[in-house]
Amino acid sequence: MIEFIHPTLFFFIAAALLPFLKGTTRKIVLLGAPLLAFFGLLMSIEGTHGVLSSMGQEFILGRVDKLSLVFGYVFTIAALIGLVYSLHVERDGEHMAALLYAGSSLGAVFAGDLFTLFIFWEIMAFTSVFLVWFRGSESAAVGIRYLMVHTFGGVALLGGIAIYVANGGGIAFDALPHTGLGPTLILIGFLINAAVPPFHAWLPDAYPESTIPGIVFMAAFTTKTAVYVLVRGFPGTEILVPLGVTMALYGVVYAVLENDIRRLLAYHIISQVGYMVAAVGMGTDLALNGAVSHAYAHILYKGLLMMGMSSVVFMTGRKKLTELGGLYKTMPITFSLYMIGGFAISAFPLFSGFVTKSMVISAAIEIHRPAVSLLLTLASAGTFLHTGLKLPYYVFFAKDAGIVAKDPPPNMIAGMALAAFMCVFIGVWPEFLYKSLPFAADYHPYTGDHVVGALLMLLFTALGFFMLLKKLDPEPTISVDTDWFYRKAVPGFMWLVNKPIAAYEERVTGFYKKGIIAPGVWVSKFSEYLDLLIIDPLVNATAAVHLFWVSYCRKFDVRVIDGMVNAVGRGVFGGGWFSNIFEKYIVYGLINVVGYMNHVGARIFKRLQTGSVHNYAMIIIVGAFILANIYILFRDQLPSNLIVWKWGLG
Amino acid sequence: MTSKQTPKSQVYKSKKMKILYGILVLMMVLDGFAPRHHAHFFWDNIGGFSAIFGFIACVILIFFSKGIGHAFLMKREDFYDD
Repeated sequence: MIEFIHPTLFFFIAAALLPFLKGTTRKIVLLGAPLLAFFGLLMSIEGTHGVLSSMGQEFILGRVDKLSLVFGYVFTIAALIGLVYSLHVERDGEHMAALLYAGSSLGAVFAGDLFTLFIFWEIMAFTSVFLVWFRGSESAAVGIRYLMVHTFGGVALLGGIAIYVANGGGIAFDALPHTGLGPTLILIGFLINAAVPPFHAWLPDAYPESTIPGIVFMAAFTTKTAVYVLVRGFPGTEILVPLGVTMALYGVVYAVLENDIRRLLAYHIISQVGYMVAAVGMGTDLALNGAVSHAYAHILYKGLLMMGMSSVVFMTGRKKLTELGGLYKTMPITFSLYMIGGFAISAFPLFSGFVTKSMVISAAIEIHRPAVSLLLTLASAGTFLHTGLKLPYYVFFAKDAGIVAKDPPPNMIAGMALAAFMCVFIGVWPEFLYKSLPFAADYHPYTGDHVVGALLMLLFTALGFFMLLKKLDPEPTISVDTDWFYRKAVPGFMWLVNKPIAAYEERVTGFYKKGIIAPGVWVSKFSEYLDLLIIDPLVNATAAVHLFWVSYCRKFDVRVIDGMVNAVGRGVFGGGWFSNIFEKYIVYGLINVVGYMNHVGARIFKRLQTGSVHNYAMIIIVGAFILANIYILFRDQLPSNLIVWKWGLG
Repeated sequence: MTSKQTPKSQVYKSKKMKILYGILVLMMVLDGFAPRHHAHFFWDNIGGFSAIFGFIACVILIFFSKGIGHAFLMKREDFYDD
């Protein structure tokens, strides 16, 4: 019985297999990973799984409870939608980055301790940046900026964890204290990923520069993982309420000014995540449920909106409101599906945003925070104004820009349709979402006054929009945001390096030339005279001494050493003469004597070799007779002399 | 869309829009009669409050954003390039 299969496994394995696959198999693996992960989560049993004990700590890979499961479900659904939408992409690298990114987000969600969380947190940053870089060479700088911000966030998180653990906090990841340096640094790390101002500029900077399908993944995972960890670690942290409300309005204000269609939607991510952050700050069960459910709905409708606008960029090659218009005739399916997302994010009744966003606002009302509820409603009006009215109006209607385009490939439409279905499904049947929410809070969105109030608010916003349409005409500008500090201020630092510091360096060089190089010339002149007057005579004298010494040595060599060598040579020569005589007359003489004696002996024995058998038989008999006589004569001495014999007889 | 026949600034004066206005006013009136289950603040009992709020929100957002945009934030597109 398998209790829990970690969903990250499916994504990482699929990413590893992908380069070896082609055609249909490749598509099956791509779509199979999120599907299997989703069904694995449906089957999983709540509890703590995958515990690794090491260094006296427990690292938990699979903490399964209602909170992590609901994020797990929506992450796998979002990954499936994103992969369907990007199915036509040929480049394996893009799919691998997306799979690893989605997988590591799931890893972060199911992490039960701070270190495991940190590791998946970093993998997320380093895999998602490739979705930016795959856009092309012009996105290199954006990717680096994105990575720098997330590295800073990662360092803050790691530092916070280290301090928290060192102070005896333990590595378990549950609700953290609201005070102290460690938890504060952890919170900053979380807030950077949640794109809370002033740490938000990476999001509208990088997301619109990512690949066409890449932004669908980007919009889903990083900020929502941050919402998850905030719900888990910092529920009821008061500072999050003003921060969240600020976010909600900040995104809306910038969306008014934005001309890039995907950047406008990116600013609305900040706005929407603001609702979730504020809800986490409120910390009641209803508010936390609101944060979770709004994250769930947001992933789906923001994915849909991003897919719609990415399709427009993909099919027209244009991304600015000022250059678009009149596409409703040529891209009708994209327009219709986009509008479903637009109604969902604007919280129209029967769409998903209505059943989730209202939960956050109701939570604010429930704890009597009128300012929070009104400001969030204000942001809500702004959301409809831009994503539901302004963006579709200037992209699909307004002036006809005369663009030749058509609806995107079937897989992209399928991805959008899937997301659109989910947006309507949750709006119509909120119980489907509510029953998987982690906290116990009863909520009914469809009351008469609520529905009528929401509709009135939205319709009068629309009225205002059409009355002030002229004011809203897009302008070909960009808006400075807090990324100014690292995009303009860093060049400012470079100016500091180039201008004042370079001038200073020039003065130092001038001083160096006058004070050190110029006296150096005199020093070299002085040394020239020194050479002429002292060194050269000395060298000459040395050379003369040397010459005398060499000639002396030469004389010694010729007269003494050579003489001695010759004397020895002569002595040796004399010895050679004597040894010649000795060799010639004595050694050779002796050898000749032996040779001669052999010769004589051979002539004697030759006579014995007659070749007659009886002669040889005679010799053998005589020999045997002599041996027998010897034996008889020396019989008494023999046993004592021949040891072998003695032993042989025992 | 009506904008194809009429200039943008005249959109809200067209006949179709007049019908829409009628619907909006009717809804405001209806809102006055809708039962209030969760009236927490005094404005929850004002009929058509959310309509007024929505309209004012829209106007404030547009003017405030465009105001600070033109004053400080909006730059030419090659702002970061040099």
